[in-house]
Amino acid sequence: MAELTDYIKGFAVTFKKLFEERVTGDYRGGKAKPGQPDQKRPKVERLHGRHVLNRYEDGMEKCIGCELCAGVCPAKCIHVRGADNDPDNPTSPGERFGYVYEINYLRCIHCDLCVEACPTQAITESKLFEFSFTDRNDAIYTREELLVGDDGKPQQLPWEDWREGEDELTSGWMRATSPSGDHRYEGVVQWSGELGYGVRAPELGQSDTGTGTSGGGDV
Amino acid sequence: MIIANDPLFADPFGLPEVGVVLLKVVVAFVFLLVAVMFNIWFLRKVISDMQNRIGPNLAGPWGILVTLADGVKLFFKEDLIPEKSHRVVFKLAPYLSLIPAFLVFAIVPIGGDFNRTDGPDGVISVFGHDTLLQVADPPVGVLFFLAMSSLAIYGVMLAGWGSGSKYPLLGSVRASAQMVSYEAALGLSIASVVLVSGTLSMHEMVLTQAGPGFNSFVPNWNIIVTGFIPFFVFLVAGTAELNHPPFDLVEAEQELVGGFHTEYSSIRFALFYLAEFMNQITMGAIIVTLFLGGPAGPALFVPKGWWVGVFWFFFKLMLFLFAFVWLRATLPRLRYDQLMDLGWKLLIPLSLAWFLVLAGIQIGRDRGWSSVEVGAFALSFGVVCMLCGALLMMALRSARMQRLADLDEERADLDESSPRGTLRG
Repeated sequence: MAELTDYIKGFAVTFKKLFEERVTGDYRGGKAKPGQPDQKRPKVERLHGRHVLNRYEDGMEKCIGCELCAGVCPAKCIHVRGADNDPDNPTSPGERFGYVYEINYLRCIHCDLCVEACPTQAITESKLFEFSFTDRNDAIYTREELLVGDDGKPQQLPWEDWREGEDELTSGWMRATSPSGDHRYEGVVQWSGELGYGVRAPELGQSDTGTGTSGGGDV
Repeated sequence: MIIANDPLFADPFGLPEVGVVLLKVVVAFVFLLVAVMFNIWFLRKVISDMQNRIGPNLAGPWGILVTLADGVKLFFKEDLIPEKSHRVVFKLAPYLSLIPAFLVFAIVPIGGDFNRTDGPDGVISVFGHDTLLQVADPPVGVLFFLAMSSLAIYGVMLAGWGSGSKYPLLGSVRASAQMVSYEAALGLSIASVVLVSGTLSMHEMVLTQAGPGFNSFVPNWNIIVTGFIPFFVFLVAGTAELNHPPFDLVEAEQELVGGFHTEYSSIRFALFYLAEFMNQITMGAIIVTLFLGGPAGPALFVPKGWWVGVFWFFFKLMLFLFAFVWLRATLPRLRYDQLMDLGWKLLIPLSLAWFLVLAGIQIGRDRGWSSVEVGAFALSFGVVCMLCGALLMMALRSARMQRLADLDEERADLDESSPRGTLRG
């Protein structure tokens, strides 16, 4: 008998849901007509999204073409080839630069291991994941597409849905944890400056929530 | 006329009558396709409401064109035929499940005024020709429905077998076992309805249910006249026959990928999808006709006419479509043995016993028994049935205990014979 009443209770639960508030938002992929709602849900600070290739404040590229990211990638979606810098007109400070840099987003699982592996913080992830290409060639992002523009902001490709202010958070994870993974470096700047921003401050709230034993911020 | 009891065929049959028949066929066909589109949208919208989501809202107002968009997308997708498949069977199967779904709807009366004083009930006039608002009204009526729902099993079975792949095969074996088992309960509950209404023709069934019943307030619907049990059995068995949740073991994703249509893609998959939702509509329509009086209902509105029936029919149909979605949103899937237990050990004995009660009452009525006598008969029969049921349960339980005891004994034997007793599971 209890089984039967539980059965009926289940029906009551689903029926009540008809009149409750919705938990999903009204997202139209940036194609809303005027007057139509089109919101994205708020994202966490360190969301793993589309990658960007960073540049130093003077405009030089950070990538040195070492291929560590390609080596660590579990999905084997990164293809890098380095080349020697032209001494008169160098692309990056130092000997080598990333001559070919391609990420295949049909394979990428956004694990951020490439970001951890990078010795120069050249590759970081933005918070964008709303990019629905309709062509396999579009899925393979080249170095030119991944590089930040002259204003230090990621390039906005036609099939990507960027919103106001979203292009500013391109290195959340990097600035949340010290690259060495040592909690004693919490709040200590371990990262290099970025084009358009300079040396950015640590992620907000990092020291507020930490207990002193762990370097974690708000998750 | 053997084919149909339609007044259209009473007069000399000529070209204009053929035109009327063709018109009805085309209207029913188009209507059913549009209804399926609506049904799929309705399902997705209501189920998302029940899950606190918004659901499809981009194609057309309130996303009502989402099915059309899906259909167009599926139509232009690549059509894959597996290497190991039996090509002819593989291509034939979707049509075998789609066509019965269409044909069943042909015998459903979808409208007509059943409160007429100026002529026979439910008959409408199309271009001066009297006819019924249903494509065909064969004298075999409900049997045609049973025949078609049996035929639909072939579509599922052959799809699974012809795919040449293991999951579809398992899915189709499940499907045919399930559909065959529940067909029995389905047929027995229909038998109760046929017994009460005394006809197989769908139109005449509506006629017997039209008009006021007990106390001239309670409707004279079969759901009340047959005493709810056949309705309940039909609803459960019909849901199982549709492979609709909670009986969707046929396409249990966690176990069988997609079941019988795993290997199907593009427009062939769309045909299965179409058939599934079309079957929901036709099953709802059949339930409405058999148990809820079909298009018969009080004429509440001032301009009376055939559309009063249409209104009542769709009103009742919508209730069932909603109920199907509600079931889908609420109930978890049954396990396979639970499914078989429910079908064979509950629904079939229940509907069989109820059928006997109804038959007894019917005979009593024919012999002119008083209502007290009939009541006494029903009561004593109920007691007998309960005793039989108790005996059956005891038999099942003792058989089960015996089986378990045998199993234990076997295990004990194995333990003794194997030196380390490692075989104990």
